[in-house]
Amino acid sequence: MDTVKNYFFSDMGIMLGRSMRHIFRSMDTIITVTITPIAMMLLFVYVLGGAIQTGMDNYVNYLLPGILLMAIASGVAYTSYRLFMDMQRGIFERFHSIPIARSAPLWGHVLTSLVSNAISVLVIILVALLTGFRSSAGVLSWLAVAGILALFTLALTWIAVIAGLSATSVDGAGAFAYPLIFLPFISSAFVPTETMPGPVRAFAENQPVTAIVDAIRALLSNQQVGNDIWIALAWCVGIMLVAYVSAMRVYKRRV
Amino acid sequence: MQNEAIQVKGLQKSYKNLPVLEGVDLEVEKGSIFALLGSNGAGKTTVIKILTTLLKQDGGTASINGFDVATKPDSVRKSISLTGQFAAVDEILSGRENLIMIAQLRHLKDTRQVANELLDRFGLTDVADRRVSTYSGGMRRRLDIAMSLVGKPPIIFLDEPTTGLDPEARLEVWKTVKQLANNGTTVFLTTQYLDEAEQLADRIAILHEGKIIANGTLADLKKLFPPTKVEYVEKQPTLEDIFLAIIGKKEKK
Ligand SMILES: Nc1ncnc2c1ncn2[C@@H]1O[C@H](COP(=O)(O)OP(=O)(O)OP(=O)(O)O)[C@@H](O)[C@H]1O
Ligand SMILES: [Mg+2]
Repeated sequence: MDTVKNYFFSDMGIMLGRSMRHIFRSMDTIITVTITPIAMMLLFVYVLGGAIQTGMDNYVNYLLPGILLMAIASGVAYTSYRLFMDMQRGIFERFHSIPIARSAPLWGHVLTSLVSNAISVLVIILVALLTGFRSSAGVLSWLAVAGILALFTLALTWIAVIAGLSATSVDGAGAFAYPLIFLPFISSAFVPTETMPGPVRAFAENQPVTAIVDAIRALLSNQQVGNDIWIALAWCVGIMLVAYVSAMRVYKRRV
Repeated sequence: MQNEAIQVKGLQKSYKNLPVLEGVDLEVEKGSIFALLGSNGAGKTTVIKILTTLLKQDGGTASINGFDVATKPDSVRKSISLTGQFAAVDEILSGRENLIMIAQLRHLKDTRQVANELLDRFGLTDVADRRVSTYSGGMRRRLDIAMSLVGKPPIIFLDEPTTGLDPEARLEVWKTVKQLANNGTTVFLTTQYLDEAEQLADRIAILHEGKIIANGTLADLKKLFPPTKVEYVEKQPTLEDIFLAIIGKKEKK
């Protein structure tokens, strides 16, 4: 038992290496994940942006946080896809019949999700710089942004794990991501919530995306962050814990 | 040292309301080849999954290499390897990378060397650096079995190792299995092909309706065949005849 535990991190590293190879050998997944958010960004900046009053003079700066969240929400769908394929193909059974920590294959997928989403986020930020995104934020603020995005990725990844483990078809494995991708539309990601009608506004202002977007936006533009960051963190950590516990329960049942 | 590599007593398992195993008893001697025969849905895979710690039984006990599967799963996993019914290879990695990955997970020292030896032994050296998704069915199955041999586990489980292979690939797998047993490895395999069991196994057990209804050497099983019939048919009864005869007898009761 002890020896198996001692190897947990090296086993997880091997699993991470394996799925990173999958990603680099099918770079199209990174492209598919980033292309829609980038297209949205260009559409909003060059077509709709002129008509949207945000109170910020640069609309890309306003838009970018929401675009990043959308990219992450669609990126985690691949985690659930990869997990589902592993279960289908029987490779998980092979992993589980050799003496490694039982959860190492799962953690391998979770770490892979973090790394691949970080790559997508970087790609999108680069494109945003080309379209005029500028930030006066210092290193600490950027680190805070990275931290929030990482927590958000983890929270959604554990939801993706539940979907991947319990799906009965490939399509089912990815379907959970659609509502997540659309959450930013009913938030402060694209337009200020003040212009929305009552009930919609109430929903928008109290859902996690708004708090997260507002916190990231404030950090990037060097403004007072206020309570948003704590609300954002609370949402991320809360969702992550609930999803993690449920995912582990499903995993124990499946293997 | 006890002589049994695998001991199973009164094994029971149901999926929801569907009883699959209703008291399975069997023993496999060290270094022998044991074949579990059964038709589709008989529960062969279920037995293998329990013995390889992937599934928990509802009742009865099973021990592998002296370790109980339910209470000492980690020790069991160190003694075994599994080649499941459906090829468990990573399609996106190359054959070599697949082998190295398993060698790393088994914490072996010279992973490259281990991979090279197995590639050579299974005639996969030429395709070693191609992605597995480009392999033929036979190559994939060979790689799958090669992956099971990484780390030289003393007991290996093969769930329908030759299903879907052409006759030539099938013969290759048989050769490998025989070699393994000659080198002292215990082999537990399941099959639907009676000639396969006849060719390979030292002992054969037939799983039917949740129980082992016959268990012994080929000669033992042949004795169960009603002798009157032998007089009229000129050839020796094949295992297929025996199988159908035993099941037929059971069902009449
Ligand atoms: N996870 C499961 N949930 C419900 N029923 C199952 C499950 N796995 C297997 N079964 C049922 O249990 C029975 C035995 O299945 P098993 O896979 O062990 O048979 P098998 O002998 O390996 O068959 P085959 O030759 O087709 O591989 C079948 O009726 C099957 O439908
Ligand atoms: Mg089966």
